[in-house]
Amino acid sequence: MAIAPRAAPGPDGAAPLLAVENLSKVYPGGTRALDGASFVVSRPEVIAIIGSSGAGKSTLIRCINRLVEPTGGSVRLGGTDLVRLGKAELREARRRIGMIFQEFNLVDRLTVMENVLSGRLGSVGFLASWLRRYPPRDIANAYAMLERVGLSGLHDSRADALSGGQRQRVGIGRALMQEPDLLLVDEPTASLDPKTARQIMRLIRTLAEERATPALVNIHDVALARGFADRVIGLKGGRVAFDGPASALTPAVLTDIYGAEDWSRTIRPDGEEGDGA
Amino acid sequence: MSVASPAAQWRAPPVFFATRGRQRAAIAIALLYVAWSVSTLNIDVNRALAGIPRAVDLFARMVPPDFSRGSLLAKGMAESLQMAFAATLAGVLLSVPLGIAAARNLAPRPVYLAARGLIVCGRTFHEVIIAIFFVKLFGFGPVAGLLTLAFHSVIFLAKMLAEDIENVRAGPIEAVRATGAGFGQVVVYAVLPQVLTRTVGTAIYRLDANVRHSTVVGIVGAGGIGQTLSASFSRYDYDFAAAILLCIIALVALGEWFSDWVRGKLR
Repeated sequence: MAIAPRAAPGPDGAAPLLAVENLSKVYPGGTRALDGASFVVSRPEVIAIIGSSGAGKSTLIRCINRLVEPTGGSVRLGGTDLVRLGKAELREARRRIGMIFQEFNLVDRLTVMENVLSGRLGSVGFLASWLRRYPPRDIANAYAMLERVGLSGLHDSRADALSGGQRQRVGIGRALMQEPDLLLVDEPTASLDPKTARQIMRLIRTLAEERATPALVNIHDVALARGFADRVIGLKGGRVAFDGPASALTPAVLTDIYGAEDWSRTIRPDGEEGDGA
Repeated sequence: MSVASPAAQWRAPPVFFATRGRQRAAIAIALLYVAWSVSTLNIDVNRALAGIPRAVDLFARMVPPDFSRGSLLAKGMAESLQMAFAATLAGVLLSVPLGIAAARNLAPRPVYLAARGLIVCGRTFHEVIIAIFFVKLFGFGPVAGLLTLAFHSVIFLAKMLAEDIENVRAGPIEAVRATGAGFGQVVVYAVLPQVLTRTVGTAIYRLDANVRHSTVVGIVGAGGIGQTLSASFSRYDYDFAAAILLCIIALVALGEWFSDWVRGKLR
């Protein structure tokens, strides 16, 4: 998985997979959460987005699929500017973007299977989805997906009967059922213990690589970001303050992103974390 | 002898007003108002006392209850029950769209305000007032009663549903929306599972309430056992009225027991 570290807007001139330009969000009330953030994703890679609380990480990924409406800028996914899309087109675009959440955001009272199949909602009609009449292909894929994320046999368990790690696996399954062109991942490990967190990050990374899907991962844990991401984007005050390979994270960079602190215990020489994907 | 030592005296601050003095003043004003109200009511002790023998007479004529007109009694009870069931069913069906429209987290602002306005207006009037209105429109009989109960059920169930919807976890809604799901799918996948058991519980409670209310609206002529009761009182058939009251008590108790049983079964 020797993915080249830094994605520049391809020297061969190929259209980028995702181009975020000058993205801004001012919330009603005046909070400026994003202040002209720009970056380009040219190859399928795992990108960790780091930054202190309030730096705009969550707003950034929600502005990409417009769960939060950006107030300025553009988001080009495979050539279409998502910011300009009308309602129906936006739904169409969201089908191609999978999302994974910190609190898993499963529907507790539904079964694991129903939660995983809900990844297909954008492609199945209202009545068919209400009556749970999914195409056989979707159902076969869902069984395969459950096996892939390690939940075989749990398809009829209620989502609220699972452990945290298992629930996040359901969340990952739901997102990948969309067969997405882009994965948005919001603090996937913040509600998990350190061991489960590493397993989940490894799973996200492996699946993103298998499917050659770029993934934007908001993450608080700098060590995890270094261990599992190819590239790191540092946000500060709603702007991109750092954009480079994970190995280029130095104490100086972290001080710039987060403020002064002793970072020597966070960043250790490669290999010591022993957590390769 | 008090030296500059840490204060050892402490009393809890007043609950309702900023200072203890204002709290005392407010209590004094309230007591004065009650005293003045009572003094203007012209409570006539003799008149109140005269009611006592009449009450004794009335209760004496109620025993033994007269169940001989069983068919009339059964017809009234059945009519009340039918009104209650039909009104609850209509209420449940119509309250779903109104409840969704009145949920701040689902409906667009103008729709939300319109639906909330309708609910507030609907709740302003007591069942009996609505029943009088419907009796004027549709004449005496169970149709007016049914419409009264249905109207109130819609408003009540919609209000409860809207509040339940506003209390659901927002995360699943966000997640389902992010898959590209349409509005209907968001409702069916992210909202419905979260409110279903509570809504069924509320509907059962409403059925129970409708059984009770169906006995009341009859008094203004809107059908059901209430109308039979009202007629028996105006004809001084107190023994028959007593039989009706006993049946109402039994019916309401049964309704309450059923409601408790069903809601106990729900998780």
